[in-house]
Amino acid sequence: MEKAKKKKKFNLKHWLPFYIMFIPGFVYLIMNNYLPLYGLQIAFKKFSFKNGITGSTSVGLKNFEALFKTGDAFIMIRNTLLYNILWIIIGIIFGVTVAILFNEITNKLAAKFYQTAILLPYLMSMVVVAYLVFAYLSTDTGLFNHLLHGSDTSSYTAFYSEKKYWPFILTFVQQWKTIGFGMLLYLSTLVGIDKSYYEAAMLDGATKWQQIRFITLPLLKPTIIMLAILNIGQIFRSDFGLFYQIPMNQGALYDVTQTIDTYVYRALLVKPNYGLSSAASFLQSIVGFIFIVSANAIVRKMDKNSSIF
Amino acid sequence: MVSRDQKRWKVIAHIVMIIMSALALLPFILLIIASFTDEAVALKDGYSYFPAKFSLTAYQYLLQNASVFVRGYGMTIFITVVGTLVSVVLTALTAYVLSKRNLPGVKIMNFIVLFTMLFNGGLVATYITYVGTFHVKNTVFGLLLPSLLMNAFTVMLTRNYFEHSIPEEIYESARIDGASELRIFIKLVLPLSGPILATVGLMSGIAYWNDWQNAMYYISDQKLKTIQAILNDINNGIAALTKIAGTSGATAADLPTQTMRMAVAVIGILPILILYPFFQKYFAKGLMAGSVKG
Repeated sequence: MEKAKKKKKFNLKHWLPFYIMFIPGFVYLIMNNYLPLYGLQIAFKKFSFKNGITGSTSVGLKNFEALFKTGDAFIMIRNTLLYNILWIIIGIIFGVTVAILFNEITNKLAAKFYQTAILLPYLMSMVVVAYLVFAYLSTDTGLFNHLLHGSDTSSYTAFYSEKKYWPFILTFVQQWKTIGFGMLLYLSTLVGIDKSYYEAAMLDGATKWQQIRFITLPLLKPTIIMLAILNIGQIFRSDFGLFYQIPMNQGALYDVTQTIDTYVYRALLVKPNYGLSSAASFLQSIVGFIFIVSANAIVRKMDKNSSIF
Repeated sequence: MVSRDQKRWKVIAHIVMIIMSALALLPFILLIIASFTDEAVALKDGYSYFPAKFSLTAYQYLLQNASVFVRGYGMTIFITVVGTLVSVVLTALTAYVLSKRNLPGVKIMNFIVLFTMLFNGGLVATYITYVGTFHVKNTVFGLLLPSLLMNAFTVMLTRNYFEHSIPEEIYESARIDGASELRIFIKLVLPLSGPILATVGLMSGIAYWNDWQNAMYYISDQKLKTIQAILNDINNGIAALTKIAGTSGATAADLPTQTMRMAVAVIGILPILILYPFFQKYFAKGLMAGSVKG
């Protein structure tokens, strides 16, 4: 009887507890995610904490004009996009390769050890990773310089002030840290592949390479495409920790290490300029939103279960 | 013929995995050895896997300033425990409500949560809101609240678990018994949700333990600094290390700064390194659960 009533009429007494249970999470989202949206308008204002968000005077697009006049805008957008594109491609190649090889290992103990080891860097904070990298790259005490040049200090490379090495260093560190995660992503698809495909192929005399080429890769393709598109959705964002911590915040390297996120941080808290930082931050939010929504729309068309909304 | 081919692939797989495992582990080994290296040797020969002389000096200096690190640890443990607990409760509550597909308005509530995954106010707006409106600067809330407490992604993951892994009959029978919704949630749903709550808790715990960004944005008071924040300060300038050690009367020139910085890092990662093999399985599971299925 009560069930029938529930369908016909809104039963406040029944539903009220749920609305109350939703309040704590809702309050947090308002605080952490929705109120900042209101703060986005400072990109069009001459903001100061004294006047507050509403009290600050409007300046139109002046902040954006100033931002693009600096030339920093070009560098940080270029770096953000190029590193992301490069790493999406490399990430797919490495992730898929490592996942396929890992899947070949049948010894449980060995597999457990490999996975534990390879996933360890993903667990560490970027601050800690910066210490690890420093142990190798430090000019005076780094392992590399001593290994390459012995005690001949005059030929030491000052890694932390030479731009040309950093695209490689950052790429290596990024892959080193995330390969374990990448492997897991593809592995979850690989373990789901029906073993009988391989058994049938082996009966026909297919080599392992042929099995990978004609069974594994085609079945991985949807996952690869899906992950790539989702990553493209994040293309306007960068791993702040990676670009800030690993180069040890060295100004000489900004040309190749500055991304939108590091710029926003520096323009907000290191050399405070609310106009420039809020303009860059606003741009990132809006363009990022467009990318994510488009990426999701594409993913949704391909496979409803994989999209965010 | 085929079996030999298979064997060859297996060998290749093992070789690649061994190389990758070594690449993953070697930096940590260097860090630990560097922290036990004699300072003079480190300055002359650099950090090395085979230092000419080992020494405990770096750790002795750290011990003399133990209070700073004990405090840092205290802060880290405090925000990790409190943050994780609140995070699990918030996530579970919100996810449970969203899992009620008949709830009037649930679509809008779902959207409210989902939208936060798509649109992000960015650092500047978030910073100004937390500092200007909520005054979290140099309070423990600055470490606990911003971005880490709850995120839409884990809420959706938990919601899916509630929807698919808890049989509807359980709800029905409890309701017939006249149990209140909160009671059903606490007495029936939560005990059945161990795996997902453990996953949410582990991921959240790691995020809090590793956090240095909130500390960098919102904390300048030395007393509130976590271990990661102290590590970050030293990274930004070795002066931070001499400042910490300076309190014990040692002069800056005496300090074995090159090995000490490594020793601080070792202390920072030691607990997580020791615990990691035990929670590795759940960590991997958590990452996999969060990944997209093909």
